Amino acid sequence: MNATASPDTARSGSGTRATPRRIAIRSTAKLVVTEAKLFVREPLGAFFAIVFPAALILVLGGAMPGFTEPSADVGGRLPIEVYLPITLALAIGTVALVNLLNALAADREKGVLRRLSTTPVSPVRLLGAQLVVNVSALVVGCGLALLAAWGAFRITAHPNVPGLLIAFVLGAASMVALALLVAAFTPTGRAATGLGSLVYYPMLFAAGVWTPGPLMPDAVRRVADFTPLGAASQALQDAWAGDWPRPLHLAVMVGFTVVLGGLATKLFRWS
Amino acid sequence: MTVIEVSNLQKRYGDQVAVRDVSFEVRAGEIFGIVGPNGSGKTTTVECLTGLRRPDGGTIRVLGLDPDLARAELRRSVGIQLQESQLPDRLKVWEALDLYSSFYADPADWRALMADMGLTAKRNTVFAKLSGGQKQRLSVALALVGNPRIAVLDELTTGLDPQARRDTWQLVRDVRDRGVTVVLVTHFMDEAERLCDRLAVVRAGEVVAIDTPANLIARTELPGIERPSLEDAVLALTNPPRAAA
Repeated sequence: MNATASPDTARSGSGTRATPRRIAIRSTAKLVVTEAKLFVREPLGAFFAIVFPAALILVLGGAMPGFTEPSADVGGRLPIEVYLPITLALAIGTVALVNLLNALAADREKGVLRRLSTTPVSPVRLLGAQLVVNVSALVVGCGLALLAAWGAFRITAHPNVPGLLIAFVLGAASMVALALLVAAFTPTGRAATGLGSLVYYPMLFAAGVWTPGPLMPDAVRRVADFTPLGAASQALQDAWAGDWPRPLHLAVMVGFTVVLGGLATKLFRWS
Repeated sequence: MTVIEVSNLQKRYGDQVAVRDVSFEVRAGEIFGIVGPNGSGKTTTVECLTGLRRPDGGTIRVLGLDPDLARAELRRSVGIQLQESQLPDRLKVWEALDLYSSFYADPADWRALMADMGLTAKRNTVFAKLSGGQKQRLSVALALVGNPRIAVLDELTTGLDPQARRDTWQLVRDVRDRGVTVVLVTHFMDEAERLCDRLAVVRAGEVVAIDTPANLIARTELPGIERPSLEDAVLALTNPPRAAA
């Protein structure tokens, strides 16, 4: 624990002794900062992760007639209030299956993971840095969307906050596990992007992006309940309306996280 | 002093034999070349040396350590420039050097290294916008940024124009002059002849000769060729023996 330099161990030229722990902290911090810079330097990806959820709320609320007035179609609630948790699910799906997946696939295809495995830093640490950056972007994007809904349309919801947080964390975890699994068995960046979007659009459909809330047909909902993003969306909607997420949806999200995450860990190729 | 010892190395991928029987020693401070045709097992050999692959047989000692057991320790003292290893497109030159130097306890001064590699003018250029030679120089710089005792350089000049190749050769000599032992994998004979103190010639996963370039040339006798080049010498060693005419 003693990190101070003693005269016989201090190297000439460097002021403080580089303990393994200090190196680990410094290199991990640098990895996170570097990944954050790279994230922002993909303007399109950064836009869809961070700005798009808020923009969607503003456009729908501002331009769609009746979106901010109670509607019988959604049980007398405001359509925008119904759509807000779905937007959060959309953000989770986008960050996991577009931003994170593309970053992982590109790093492997370019041999970045392989290069890292020749240094004292394990490529697992890079993966961790990417998770930190992408989840941060997701949180900022969702925060902006909530802020936009509240600021522009004075939404007065009484969400079940712990339930909302649980739904959000489990939803993000199950979608990250799905993205890791897709990254694990796609050989190239292009294949990962292709397979990613093949999964992405059905996931958005299951989340109710096109058929929000009560507009989703019952049969479709029963299938959607068993998809990670569909369950996440339902759980977020329940919590947003003030209830607890249903056990079925929580179980589906936990199940996908464990099974997909476990498979991804087994199958992931580092080079 | 010997820094690398390889004896009877074997490696298979499925039923494909990549390395049949490879043995050699590398002495401290030399530039040791591994040459041979594509698919002869050069890259697999250095991947085993650096602990990236586990050999099926034989023993390896790098700085007295088994790379398979002491991977973590060797990663600190062996710098590796891998074939076709790139960086993220939008990563800048200085960011790459700064990042990779943070991985080591006693790194080289990356600004000085950047200047030595002639990359200072490109410090704010992203990886995708670098020329082939500049990418290669950055890659070598990353292999050296941890102040390694051994540098393994795989197919360093593939795809470079003649001037960039010559600049890269000078770079390898400079690396050696810093006291770093260099293992150079190549299939360019002019490169091997100009740079290497000694060469291991491999064919189909086996070492067929180890000697200085001059000795390899001197011992080659080819009918009809008065002064064989190193390329003639290596081709004579690596081509399957022709049916006697």
